[in-house]
Amino acid sequence: MADEPLVVAEALTKRYGTAQALAGLDLEVPAGTVCGLLGPNGAGKTTAVRILATLADADSGRARIAGYDVARQPDQVRARIGLAGQYAAVDEKLTGRGNLRLFGRLCHLSRRDARRRADELLERFGLVEAADRPVQGYSGGMRRRLDLITSLILRPQVLFLDEPTTGLDPRSRGEIWDAVRELVADGTTVLLTTQYLDEADRLADGIAVVDHGRVIATGTPDALKASIGDRLDVHLEDPAMAPGAAGVLHALAGSYPALDGGRLSVPVAGGTVRLADVVRELDRAGVAVGDVALRRPTLDEVFLRLTGLPAEDADAASGREDGPGGGAARDNGTEREKETVR
Amino acid sequence: MTAPAAARAAAPAVAAAPPSLAGRLRWNLADGFTLIGRELSRLRQEPGQLVAALIFPAVMVVLFGYVFGSAIEVPGEGNYREYLMPGLFAMVTFSSIMAVTMRVATDASRGVMDRFRSMPVARSAVPFGQTGAEVLNGVLALAIMTAAGLVVGWSAHRGVLRTAEAFLLLALMRYALSWVGCYLGLVVKNEQTADQLIPLVFPVTMLSNSFVPTGGMPEALQVVAEWNPVSALTAACRELFGNPGAPAADLAWPLAHPVTASVLWALALIAVFAPLSVRTYQRRGR
Repeated sequence: MADEPLVVAEALTKRYGTAQALAGLDLEVPAGTVCGLLGPNGAGKTTAVRILATLADADSGRARIAGYDVARQPDQVRARIGLAGQYAAVDEKLTGRGNLRLFGRLCHLSRRDARRRADELLERFGLVEAADRPVQGYSGGMRRRLDLITSLILRPQVLFLDEPTTGLDPRSRGEIWDAVRELVADGTTVLLTTQYLDEADRLADGIAVVDHGRVIATGTPDALKASIGDRLDVHLEDPAMAPGAAGVLHALAGSYPALDGGRLSVPVAGGTVRLADVVRELDRAGVAVGDVALRRPTLDEVFLRLTGLPAEDADAASGREDGPGGGAARDNGTEREKETVR
Repeated sequence: MTAPAAARAAAPAVAAAPPSLAGRLRWNLADGFTLIGRELSRLRQEPGQLVAALIFPAVMVVLFGYVFGSAIEVPGEGNYREYLMPGLFAMVTFSSIMAVTMRVATDASRGVMDRFRSMPVARSAVPFGQTGAEVLNGVLALAIMTAAGLVVGWSAHRGVLRTAEAFLLLALMRYALSWVGCYLGLVVKNEQTADQLIPLVFPVTMLSNSFVPTGGMPEALQVVAEWNPVSALTAACRELFGNPGAPAADLAWPLAHPVTASVLWALALIAVFAPLSVRTYQRRGR
């Protein structure tokens, strides 16, 4: 068991009515790592997390957390996980401190331990000042942070973060990211779902791209970027030099570049072309160059290549400002996922 | 802000459920009481809401006692407010359903319920805590109602024991109804829908003997009103408080034996809705 990844999902399927939320999802998260579950709305990310967190049963397939089966040993699993989500699941009428104590008591800590743990977490994650105010007066970022630390009361081995920064302003996102990094430094294993590519890029050690209920690609952010290769961009000072430049680039990259005004652009396999060589060869051919750049693809491009869906569309469809239950304004895909999983 | 190793070592141990039945039972009880405590904390945080909830019954006393009461003839002798108070006790008790529905639906839609379910909280503790907390609200409401009633000239006439029986009966019914509310909250799952259900409770409480005798209603309505549990509870309170409006002998069975009928209603509601609620809570989202 020591060698088994902390989170294992095997061929999970789940159908809600006519919607196939999961269609054979496989996933492994090694202990001490952050896995980013990346995918557009309705891809099945939330459903996967709900099954792993014992909130829903899979129709078929198996999942284990720290070796315990989520369907047959849910109590063992629940004692080892923490769940924080896009909807801050705390009691709005209680204070921040009151919430932490309540949930601490429900984790069967003694009154004294629950109080101490609450103080500890408030202090560590910068919520001491707001601790004694009712949560309904908190900002979105504070609320999310409280939600996050509420899931840390028992020091979970595995922390599930379901779109932890959806709907937050950049500063609050940064704060959540800092908090997550700190947990990871403590050795917590994190499974993070997100539709923000930069979030996965910054936080995750490994990424699993999910689409239509299954994982369509896995790897480190770098490996995923490398899989679609780099791109060489050359800006010419004189567009008339384009044919000469194209010949040089063809020789180097193995394919003819696309021409756009004074700009030539050609895909190259990662690591096969050195910028210095490009500059030297162009110079030797007498091509005057304004700018040469070897560009790594962004995760957005990876995402687009893999899912056929621009990441921006997924973002625009996310209904970020929507509170819980305010689903009417969301697009159909979101509506379907969010409503059926409840 | 990096945690020193010492702080990590002091972290609470993993709490897996105790294996024995007695241990599980203790967990259940402890969790239930924690959740009741949660309701108390909420009341402390929001005294305004508490005041509003308590003013409602007092307003009803004035509204019905003096506005309608000025024009309604009481069967037999006695003043209308004596007749009215048992009806208001019953109405306020039944209205509590929606408050519970609202609370449970809010927990469900805000993800609080999911958090409970992802934690090692005893499975049946959550519905038991939610409903147990309602008894507290019930006691408060009864106290306010009693005070308002005494102010407008109502009183109980049959001694301490019978009066206590009436209050116990009201509390039992409130507890039973909180299971109905809990189930509704788990089923509707969001506050907006719960909000839309609120007006439905009103006619149910009105279609009874609470405010006027059933004798004058059209026959079909009369049957409904006489079998309405609100009527049984009202009649039981009239009997136990010794207030006017004791039912005539030719009425439907629940009104002829109102105390027994009310107890049976309460037990039946608990028997049906407690298991339903616990099951629905445990299977949510499956």
